[in-house]
Amino acid sequence: MNDWALILYCGLITFFTRFSMIALLKKEMFNDRIREVLSYVPSAIFPAIIFPAIFLDNSGFLQFENNPKILASIIAIIIGTLSKNIIATIVAGLAVYWFLIFI
Amino acid sequence: MKSNLNVFFKGVIDVSPLMIPVVPFGLIFGVLAIDIGFTPFETMGMSLIIFGGASQIVLLQLFSGGASSLVIVSSVGAVNSRHLLYGAVVSEHVSDLKLIWKIVISYFLIDQAFARSNEYLKRNKEKNNYFHLIGGGATCWIVWQTTTFLGIILGAAIPDKLGLSFAVPLTFLALLVNDFRKLINVIVIIISGLVATFGFNYIPYKAYVIVAALVGLFVAMILTKMIKKYE
Repeated sequence: MNDWALILYCGLITFFTRFSMIALLKKEMFNDRIREVLSYVPSAIFPAIIFPAIFLDNSGFLQFENNPKILASIIAIIIGTLSKNIIATIVAGLAVYWFLIFI
Repeated sequence: MKSNLNVFFKGVIDVSPLMIPVVPFGLIFGVLAIDIGFTPFETMGMSLIIFGGASQIVLLQLFSGGASSLVIVSSVGAVNSRHLLYGAVVSEHVSDLKLIWKIVISYFLIDQAFARSNEYLKRNKEKNNYFHLIGGGATCWIVWQTTTFLGIILGAAIPDKLGLSFAVPLTFLALLVNDFRKLINVIVIIISGLVATFGFNYIPYKAYVIVAALVGLFVAMILTKMIKKYE
């Protein structure tokens, strides 16, 4: 598949998840139980992107020593939990990361 | 009844504050896409065709890791499955609209726009209240395209040494800030993260995103059920 076909397919699947929610899904189709479980989707899927990006090096090996991303992420989590602010979380994490690699 | 234009601008105004975090997200996307080797046209094409921050970042992440197209597309689908949650709520407000409006709103509707418009739709029952969705969506669209474009231009000027790729996990981390205080969410986050990290090299076809998400959801299902039992 070339790059453009890939982009198009990703666009179609993104569009149709939204379209199905707007045009097809009805309130009765989801009971409280399904809705409750679906509310955990972000917690279930985002860590699958977050953790490997923090703990694995470029060749896919675990990297605990000399890894400034770990401390930076911990600080970001603390700031995020206290402030509940998206921007503050990103800025805190990047600031700590840059501090550790440049100083 | 308010005019269509009035409702449209109400949508613009309501969504605008939520655009602040979208700005760095869009910039990072543009910078990373160029960094990974996509052309400026392809990068702009992604923002125009896909128009979804999380979808586009997952695409980049898996593409740079060498995942197959099938895995990339299904992972994007998995990331988007969170939208199904909104279905029940928003569909009742737009069920009478013409198909063309449903298509436009589906393309425009990202998390931020949805959240604000849903509050408005609950309070206002006028016939033209869907212009709020369109105003909010159009605002998101303009911000996302502009920041992608700026990211493409900046991408050439930003040195690799800055380690901007770290901004990807940080951005997703930031999207979870409301979940860090809830025990079940924290357990699900840790389990999904561990499965992805340790499965990264062992789960075939780079399907670790999907596998980790399914395991995480399964754990959420069991935990929520257990809590009900003991309440």
